[in-house]
Amino acid sequence: MTTTTIEAQHAVSIIVDHDKCIADKGCRICIDVCPTDILILDAGDGKVKMAYDECWYCLPCAHDCPTKAIRVEIPYLLR
Amino acid sequence: METTHLETDILIIGGGTAGPLAAIKAKQKAPHLKVLLLDKANVKRAGAIAEGMDSVNNAVIPGHATPEQYVKEITIANDGIVNQAAINAYAERSYDMIKELDAWGVKFEKDETGDYAVKKVHHLGAYVLPMPEGYNVKKVLFKQIRKLGVDVSNRLTTTRLLVGPDGRIAGAMALESRTGEFVVIRAKAVILCTGSAGRLGLPASGYLFGTYENPTNAGDGYSMAYHAGAELSGLECFQINPLIKDYNGPACAYVTGPFGGYTVNAKGERFIKSDYWSGQMMLEFWRELEGGNGPVFLKLDHLADETVSKIEDVLHVTERPTRGIFHEGRGTDYRHDLVEMHISEIGLCGGHSASGVWVDEHARTTVPGLYAAGDLCNVAHNYMLGAMVYGAIAAEDAVDFIAGKELAEIDPAAVDAEKERIFAPLLREEGLSPTQVEYKLRRMVNDYLQPPKVTTKMEIGLKRFAEIREDLKRLKARNPHELMRAMEVHAILDCAELAARASLYRQESRWGLYHYRTDLPERNDAEWFAFVEVKKGADGQPEFFKRPVPDYIYPIAKSELYAYDAMRLDQELAA
Repeated sequence: MTTTTIEAQHAVSIIVDHDKCIADKGCRICIDVCPTDILILDAGDGKVKMAYDECWYCLPCAHDCPTKAIRVEIPYLLR
Repeated sequence: METTHLETDILIIGGGTAGPLAAIKAKQKAPHLKVLLLDKANVKRAGAIAEGMDSVNNAVIPGHATPEQYVKEITIANDGIVNQAAINAYAERSYDMIKELDAWGVKFEKDETGDYAVKKVHHLGAYVLPMPEGYNVKKVLFKQIRKLGVDVSNRLTTTRLLVGPDGRIAGAMALESRTGEFVVIRAKAVILCTGSAGRLGLPASGYLFGTYENPTNAGDGYSMAYHAGAELSGLECFQINPLIKDYNGPACAYVTGPFGGYTVNAKGERFIKSDYWSGQMMLEFWRELEGGNGPVFLKLDHLADETVSKIEDVLHVTERPTRGIFHEGRGTDYRHDLVEMHISEIGLCGGHSASGVWVDEHARTTVPGLYAAGDLCNVAHNYMLGAMVYGAIAAEDAVDFIAGKELAEIDPAAVDAEKERIFAPLLREEGLSPTQVEYKLRRMVNDYLQPPKVTTKMEIGLKRFAEIREDLKRLKARNPHELMRAMEVHAILDCAELAARASLYRQESRWGLYHYRTDLPERNDAEWFAFVEVKKGADGQPEFFKRPVPDYIYPIAKSELYAYDAMRLDQELAA
């Protein structure tokens, strides 16, 4: 427990469907509405990814996504 | 580290529940004024009601309840320690606020005649108004904000307030948590609407952000008000909630109760008379868990399939919609499974219990021009609708307050000092991660402050908190996001220390589990029928003192005052 930055072995609780995500076309809705500001653009493919393990599993990202590309899981420690 | 300077007439900090109403009401009353609404997240989805709300917990609707009944109920629920004038100011405006929200498009449950379908959940009266389609509250409020031309600024974490040479509020300073910009805002009035201190105790899961409250509510407002010299109130009256175990969100008895759901022990027996959240109810809940009768469950499996479906349509759609995902993951179905409940970690919250910035019935704090509304202010059990009404009260009073006033002068030395404090963790070469310090701090809060409160434990806790205060000088942030978290750790520590000291100061037990001291287990009205207040002393140390409970508007007989003591089913109130 030294950082909440997502590492390779972290169980990510926000799952982004890369085929549906349109962040590479300029969409920023989920990034904008996230209360804890944990979503960023992946420098690789321009899609959205979870950058910090600070999710409140609240769902605005999923509900406001125009292409329904996001699925939120309960963070591993709570499941 | 660029510095941006902004000026406005009325600055509202916090865009959750109270903040939007403050902005709307300021603009409605004085359209010519500049009103700036900030949030550390995004106003569209900020705060405790990011996903809406499933019920109004304190509706005072003619035909169902009167302000007098409501004020008496909350006085009794809070063991008499209330400013009835402040609660009455809410109660008098409760119905108008519901009608206005209704007109804007917020959906409340109505019966076949079109009357609001109020339910009884409290111990004595009926105040719960279901909102089965309450998921759109934020969208409705945001539409009004846009329509009225409120200036909105997102991703600003406010860290300190500015006070002018005459003691009047002068503005605030903030960190832009994406760009790392430093923002100085001058204002003629400031309304703090930053919510509870919800990231105080550590959830039993160990997940830092698995809190009942929106975890962005780290107690920033408590810390800012304190450092600005405002009086804080009731910090020993903790918020502790009965929550779904591990999920750590509400079950929620206010929704399920009217449908016939209730709380049971491991034997399947009911043990509390009322599921309304009070310290007295939580004490019985704790006794049941500790006394070998636990676990405690929410029971719905006796209800008709159709009724359970209705409950699911509320609980899995609004307020905390991931409840459905959580239950699905564990194969829990309300139709044949009980929902395991537990006792939450502690927090500070005016909206749920009674701890926050002291305000009068005009939402004024003790600093001229500084207002507080919502979960942050100590207007007991005020909940969502109380936050909205207090946002409105604060804004309308602030409009009058600033008439004919210029901006107060700001002290450049205070601005420089704050800039240095904020950016130190970014400039430091190496140090402690904010996550690690926060984890340790909040674990210590659990170890030493979680009720039942023990004097020696709280004294040890204060020593650990003092050590962590030294650790703050070694915090290292690698980017503005981590810097925001680092500044939140400062606020959490302030809240932890003040909560411990306030708890030690009040030498009695009161409010059931919220302030149950094992070494001082009795209530002592002769000495402690008063508010416990704190403000920052001239030496920079907290100064505690008693504030008398103002004379009641609606007198309550001594035999009625402690009616919430009789919360256990097999117990009758001792005369």
